[in-house]
Amino acid sequence: MFYEAEIVIVNRLGLHARPASRFAQVACSFESEITLSRNGESVDGKSILEVLTLACPRGSRLVIRAEGPDSRDAVEALKSLADTGFGEID
Amino acid sequence: MNDARERNGSRILRGIGASPGVAFGRAHLVGLDKVKVLRKRISESELSAEIERFRKAVFQAEDEINRLLAEIPEELREHSGILQSHLLMLKDKMVYDRAQEFITGRGVNSEWALSMVLEHVRGLFEQIKEQYIRERIKDVEYVICRVLRILAGESGEGLFDLKEPVILVAHELSPADTIQLSPDKVLAFVTDVGSRTSHTAILARSLGIPAVVGLEDITSTVLSGENLIVDGIAGEVIINPDAEYQESYREKQDGYLKYRLEVIHNSHLPAETRDGFRVKIKANMELLEEIPTVISNGADGVGLLRTEYLYLAHRELPSEEVLYNAYREVVERIRPYPVTIRTLDIGGDKFISSVSLNEEINPALGLRAIRLSLREPGLFCAQLRAIIRASAHGNVRVLFPLISGKREILQVKEYMNKVFSELQAEGIPFDRDIKVGIMMEVPTAIMVADILAQEVDFFSLGTNDLIQYSLAIDRVNEFVAHLYEPLDPGVLRMIKRTVDAAHDAGINAALCGEMAGEPMYVPILLGMGIDELSMNALDIPRVKRTVRMVRYEDCVRLTNRVMEASTSAEAREALVSYLRSAFPREFDSAMGGHSDMAGMEVSRSIS
Repeated sequence: MFYEAEIVIVNRLGLHARPASRFAQVACSFESEITLSRNGESVDGKSILEVLTLACPRGSRLVIRAEGPDSRDAVEALKSLADTGFGEID
Repeated sequence: MNDARERNGSRILRGIGASPGVAFGRAHLVGLDKVKVLRKRISESELSAEIERFRKAVFQAEDEINRLLAEIPEELREHSGILQSHLLMLKDKMVYDRAQEFITGRGVNSEWALSMVLEHVRGLFEQIKEQYIRERIKDVEYVICRVLRILAGESGEGLFDLKEPVILVAHELSPADTIQLSPDKVLAFVTDVGSRTSHTAILARSLGIPAVVGLEDITSTVLSGENLIVDGIAGEVIINPDAEYQESYREKQDGYLKYRLEVIHNSHLPAETRDGFRVKIKANMELLEEIPTVISNGADGVGLLRTEYLYLAHRELPSEEVLYNAYREVVERIRPYPVTIRTLDIGGDKFISSVSLNEEINPALGLRAIRLSLREPGLFCAQLRAIIRASAHGNVRVLFPLISGKREILQVKEYMNKVFSELQAEGIPFDRDIKVGIMMEVPTAIMVADILAQEVDFFSLGTNDLIQYSLAIDRVNEFVAHLYEPLDPGVLRMIKRTVDAAHDAGINAALCGEMAGEPMYVPILLGMGIDELSMNALDIPRVKRTVRMVRYEDCVRLTNRVMEASTSAEAREALVSYLRSAFPREFDSAMGGHSDMAGMEVSRSIS
């Protein structure tokens, strides 16, 4: 079972330290394997360092993919996190 | 935070003023280079022990970071992001898994493995174009450095081998680091992370070292040897100050020293209005290190002894003996003044692994404070016994948090009676007449204050939570935080209602929220007839000074006017017009042309 969703980074400074940290934190709360890809490059969504090294500026289009028992919830949670700018005001 | 301004090559960084004072000096960066990395080969037979050693060190590092997180008070939770990301980095597979792969795969010790990990991550980060993401390598360095220090068995000793007095610039200083700072070698310190109420900030204040924390990236902005001015009052750091800055901050420094002298002169005078109304001014405190400040700032006792730290400081629950000894020390050192000890006021998720809870969506409304105590009788009774035993050594009062109605008070009293008879049977001395109080912070408790007043010896208004609960706003949520308003008419009525109900029943009403430490609210609280204000010890001199300058009669008149206001803006207007007439000098100099009263707060300390 896997799910996918496309997100667009809305934060002014892109997917910087705090959003990346929130992303990985939420990703870690799910059992599914979670990957984040940009332009064909995929990283482990549960690794804050890999997410950071993806270096996504504002406007980047990314694909979240989750595979596992809670894949649907994971994708939904991560997508809504991204849509709301990871709870940050820029 | 951290909005930088520039002028003639001088730059100002803004953070949180953690310890007051103004210092001039050269920057001295404390960083990774101070940790020696010892490289060793590990033989096949020792590999599993080495892995164990590595995991233990990471576990301890997590523990340390969690403890720092726990020290951040509710209102500053938004600054906890950096520490949260440090926790994630510690366990990141690029760090945690890979280091263990290096240890087993290459037969190297943990230190060596970690330095290889760091080099690898550094290599990846160097390729990142976005500067603000590339710079986050600092956090990785910091986290790895923490583990390396633990592996080296260092508690930070030897970190500050200083030859001449300097201003320390660090990502963060642990309490252990801070304790070693000598005021003649360290003029001030500034850090990327931290809060005003962290253990480190408290230590800085008791050592009298100015400090600014929460500057976010000062370690990547300042070079060792650069000239700095640290303003621990306003929370600013000036890098390479020009002549104009130097002059104005020299003045500020002189002003602060004069103010300190005045404070020391006046802080032991009674808190009495010009027409003879007296109010008790007490201190809120938690750590033993704060006691000297509490005493020197002239507190009439401790109005709120927080007890969470001992539960958070260790992995296992503190024993009754540990708690008793800690409470007893405070009670004996504050004697003959009273000490009000509040029972545990946090959620169990923070420290008890046996009470496993689902992550609460709204922890402020969850299983915490008295609710947790009543659900965990073993935990509660151990603390009650420790508090009641401490009452044999001085004047102790016990305070229960988050009471919402009479039933909880009756339950609490049952436990107290049980402890009384146990202690009596065991022949352990205690004060049978120990006074019992409750925090007034839940709106329903205030609606039935008249009923509750029959059951207890005093009320203590916890305005931080009361405002949050009654206005239904989460202070930590930046979208609604602006609605947090002590002068809201509904909030003012709740406070007044509580004080009136207490007095009708012949008991005292205290207030121990942040509102107590803000001089501008003091006249309104006096006018309501509050009996006791308890605050951070550092706020006591200013609040005492305010009390000594006003007339009770005028305060009553002001309160009547404020209570008639139908909006917080009207209440504020009435307050401002009173303050302007009662404190013309302070008001004008503090306002500095701003119409917002917040301006009063900025220059309050040196007026």
